This record gives sequence, structure tokens and C-alpha cells, in this order.
Amino acid sequence: MVLISLVFAAFGVLLGYSALRFKVAGDPIADRIDAILPQTQCGQCGYPGCRPYAEAIASGEADINQCPPGGEAGIQALADLLGVEPKPLNAAHGQEKPKSVAVIIEQDCIGCTKCIQACPVDAILGAAKHMHTVIAAECTGCELCVAPCPVDCIIMQPLMPTLDNWQWPSPQNRIH
Amino acid sequence: MFDRLWRFHGGLKLPGHKQLSLSHPLATAPLSEQLIFPLMQRPGVTAKPLVAVGERVLRGQVIAQAEQLLGVPIIASSSGTITAIDEPRAVPHPSGLPGPCLIITTDGLDEALPVHPCADFRALSPQAIREKIRAAGIVGLGGAAFPSAIKLTPGPRRPIDLLVVNGAECEPYITCDDQLLQTQAHDVVRGAQILLHLLGLQQGIIAVEADMQAAETALRAALTQLGETRLTVRAVPVVYPTGGEKQLIYALTGRETPSGGIPADIGVICQNVGTTAAIYHAIVRGEPLIERIVTVTGQAIRQPQNLRVRIGTPIKTLIDYCGGYRAPPSRLIMGGPMMGFALTSDEVPVVKATNCILVASDREVVTEKVAQPCIRCGACAEVCPVELLPQQLYWYSRAEDLERCKTYNLFDCIECGCCEVVCPSHIPLVQYYRSSKSKIIQKNQEAEKAAIARRRHEMQLARKEKERQERAERAKLKKDALAKKKALDEQRAAAQSNDNSDTDELK
Repeated sequence: MVLISLVFAAFGVLLGYSALRFKVAGDPIADRIDAILPQTQCGQCGYPGCRPYAEAIASGEADINQCPPGGEAGIQALADLLGVEPKPLNAAHGQEKPKSVAVIIEQDCIGCTKCIQACPVDAILGAAKHMHTVIAAECTGCELCVAPCPVDCIIMQPLMPTLDNWQWPSPQNRIH
Repeated sequence: MFDRLWRFHGGLKLPGHKQLSLSHPLATAPLSEQLIFPLMQRPGVTAKPLVAVGERVLRGQVIAQAEQLLGVPIIASSSGTITAIDEPRAVPHPSGLPGPCLIITTDGLDEALPVHPCADFRALSPQAIREKIRAAGIVGLGGAAFPSAIKLTPGPRRPIDLLVVNGAECEPYITCDDQLLQTQAHDVVRGAQILLHLLGLQQGIIAVEADMQAAETALRAALTQLGETRLTVRAVPVVYPTGGEKQLIYALTGRETPSGGIPADIGVICQNVGTTAAIYHAIVRGEPLIERIVTVTGQAIRQPQNLRVRIGTPIKTLIDYCGGYRAPPSRLIMGGPMMGFALTSDEVPVVKATNCILVASDREVVTEKVAQPCIRCGACAEVCPVELLPQQLYWYSRAEDLERCKTYNLFDCIECGCCEVVCPSHIPLVQYYRSSKSKIIQKNQEAEKAAIARRRHEMQLARKEKERQERAERAKLKKDALAKKKALDEQRAAAQSNDNSDTDELK
């Protein structure tokens, strides 16, 4: 009896120690969800960025089908990670669109800096009363800069295939 | 030491069609009016022009420089005037998309920059030779166009003990390496001597296919004449794709390149015969790589033959020189029938990777048959020279299960096309593999971009938080200062009234 109590006590101490020693910082599930999200930071999911949405999914507060830029592939990846059934994209949050980047029509820009403040990844360059421009390589295509522009000089341009990003097409003939 | 041959897995015996272009002697293509140089050398590697429109350039002059490691300088292949430095033109690429090109309008004088020959390459250090190879714009002429200087830098962790000079031209129709060996065997052997010196090696093999007797004879004669005993000539059996680098090394040495590895991992460096000759020309004669031999062949060209062609020459010039089309070509292919790709225009220029222009007639092009379901016969796995499982890869590619594709070593596939040839259901297997490889590469690039976006967003949040704190701190300081002032004022007022009351009391 005493022996068993002692053994149990020893295990208790060991477990207590492990809980402290191997404590995982942060929320690993939210990290893994965040890794799947496209990092567009567009907020279409209803959360202020990809990380907050990842945390909301992890806590069970949000559903997995609220991210239009991630699209069907993103939902599938989330479903695989979380072991749930994939479901179609919730249309209330928007639709999957071809990847685009924002382009400022520079002669129309009045230099108000409103788009610079809206950009979640600091991809717009410029200063007050000076023309602004989008760093295309850093733009995530979130469209957050389009609405604040008072002169509507920002357009979304779909990414065209170039020699650099061209992909071999899948075989056309799929009747087999 | 390497006196026996090994047989790699699978492969195919294909009809060669080599006599078509070999029956005519090597000729020199005329200088075309325009020379076109695509600035993009591989995805992510684009050369920057060093010249301006209207500038006169000489043969051998560097006209564009690539900053990236995997790029080489672009060198004018004749004299003339620069007429464009960034013009979209048709380029040899499977997409058919135009790319930015630099264009020289030739003046016919073919004036060259002075060359600096080097009588004794043995006096040069390996690093100096590598730099000369890079400066001469030399890339692998077998078709992959990988910068040779990088391939010849295996690093201290990869000890090399064997040089393989690859003349095993295994793909049907192509005979440019055969023709080169028949006419310039000396240059190839001398180039191989430079490579032995560069890599500090004592042994090398020059490999040809067993049906290239004339080339083999020429090589043996050159070796005897130069008294070179470190190099041996080996004829490997005619099995496609024995000219694939890894397959050839296995056939010669029995050493297998590990999955995802390179031949240097197993102590071998392999160079194409054309590249080897170009290295000799660059080091000893001081001439940069400005021309190569191109096989123009197929049943739809009037006179199939091999041509010595200046880099940048439009393909149309070659076709006109060969007497034009015999019949409207069914397909214009750069490379061979197995690994080449269709060109959408004959305006595209010859680049360093252009080993062959196949002008295929209707009879030569296998009409695309309707693909039938996979019956799991396993014929593809029997012929795969890399010993992959093509049907599994097909299955996962179709299902877009990219993770499984990676697990089944999709990236070890050399896209030789053997599986497709034997498939009784005519499934375009290689197309599936290429498409899946593209998708995986794109997915990785997207993940990289997402990581950057995440970092930028986090930095912005941190910056905004810092700004907010600073503002709050400033406000607090101000508030404190105000409160202090107010307190002080009150104190003073109180002191004053106290003074007053004191005096009152005294009264």
C-alpha cells in the first residue's frame, strides 16, 4: 500500500515537472492553421488578419470555410489538418478570384497616403502630396487599399502568366 | 579500372533516324541579318543589358551580364549595331510566350574583339580556369544549359575521382555531337585534358554510343596522336536514354546517383562533348562560346544536315539554308522527339541549348490518340530508367495529391518519355509529371511569399503597437506634467492663503 502510494507520488512529481519543463509556448494548432492560411491579410473572413482567424478556428469560434483567397485547396488543407469534413466556401465572405496585385494609376494619384495606411504588409510606397506606388512583389492582392482611395486610382490587375511563373498545363484530355 | 559495362534499368531501343542528317557534311549557316538574344536564361535569372540602342558591338563583346549565380554573360556572336535591348520576341520556351530580347542587326563585317590565347593552360590555377569558363559564357550544350563553371566546382565535401565526357547521343534524330566528334575530336580531347587538370584527376572516360563508329575512330586517333593515356574511349550499348548523365555514369561505373543528388556526390563530373570542346576554345584560344552545331532534321525539311550556327540566329535562317520546308511541317520541335518541345514559330533564335531542330512531317508525329483508362499493366515501370513507379505517379498527379507525388520521388523523373512510349492506353504521362512538378514548385513559391507577407504584417503590427505605446507615454508625460503644474499652482495658492491666514492670526 505504502509502496503504491510512493510510486504514484513519484509519477505525480514527474508529471508536474514535465508540465513545467516541456511547456509549449503559444498555441501550436493555431500556428499550424496560420501556416496554411494564404497570409493575404485581407480580413474577408471577418477577423483582422490571418493570425486572428487562425486563432478563432483553433478555439472553435470560426468555421474553416471563410477564407476566399485560400479557396477550395485551402479549405481542403484545413479539413485535413483538423480532421473534419471539408465544406464549400461560405459565399458571405466572398468568392475565390484569380490572383491579382494592386496597381496605382500614377498620374491620377493625389498623394493622400490613405492607401498606405490601409496596406497590411507595407507594400505601398509614397509620402504626403507625392505620388504613391505599389511594390508588386510584396502585394498580397488583399484589395484593402482600393476602397479608401478618394480618386479611385487603384485597380486590381490579375497576374498574367510570364516566362518566370509559367506552369506546364495539365493534360487536356481527361476522359480516362 | 572501368573495363566492364553495367546495364541500367529499363530504357528502350528506338529507331535512330540518324542517317538523315549524317549523310550530309557539316556546313556553316550564313550570318543572319538579326541576332536575337533572350535575356531570361532560366526562371529567376535574367541578364541585364550593358549596351544601349544604337551602340556598335564586336564579336566576342559582353552585351549583357547576369548578376545571379546561375547566369552567364551574353556575348555578341557577330559585329553590328544594337537595335533593341528589351524587345518582346518569340523565344524557345514550351509556353510559346514572348520574352524580352536583345537584338543585334549585323553589319556583315564580323569584326572581333582581340582574343587572348593561352599557350599553356597548366600554368593556370583551377579557379582562374573556372572564371575564364564563366566569362566565356559556357553552359552545358547537351540541352540543359546549366553553367559549366558551377558544375565544375564540386566543393571540398565532394571528392571527385572520374571525369566522364558525354558523347552518347541517345535521342533519335540528333547527331550534332556525333558530327562534332567526327570533325573536331582533337578539340574534345584537349578540352578533356583541361578538365582533368582543373579537377586534379588522373582518369577520364569519353563515352559514345556503339553505333557512332566514325566518332569513336576519330577519338581513338586523336588520343593516340596527342599521346593521352589518362583518357579512354568507351562505346555504350544503344539504349535510350543512355546519354542521360546519371544513366551513362551507371553504365560506365556501376555507381548510382542518389535520389535528389548529383553525380558529384558519387565522385563523378560529367560534361557534354560540345561543352568540352567549347572549354578548349575558351581557355587555349581565348574564344568565347558564340556558336554551336545544330542538327536540322526531319522528313519535312529538304536537306537535313548539321550546321555550325551563331548563337542568336533565327531558326528560319537555318530552315531556308537547308532548302526550306519540303511539306508544311506538322510540328517544329526544339530538341529530339522524346524530350524536345514544340515551337510555335520559326522566328525563335538558336540558343545555347538548341541541339536540334526537328522539322517533323505528318508521318513522324504520332497523332495524339485518345487516352484510355490505365489498366495497371506495369509496362511503364519496366522501362523507367530511374526505377520509379510511373503508374503511381500518374495516379497521384491526376488526383493532384502533390505530397504523395513527392513521396514517390517525382523530382527524380528525368522526363525521358519511355513510359509514355510503351503505355498501351496512350496516357500522356510525362505531361502529368511536368504539370505536377510545376504545381509543387509554384506551391513552394507561394508558401515562401506567404511567409514574407506574414513577417511584413507582424512587423507592421509591432510598429503600430510601438507607436501607440509611445503616443500613450507622451500623453502620460504631458498629463503628469500638467498635473504637477496644477499641484504646484494649488500648493502656491494654498501657501499664499496660508500666509494670509498666518498674518490674519498674527493680527
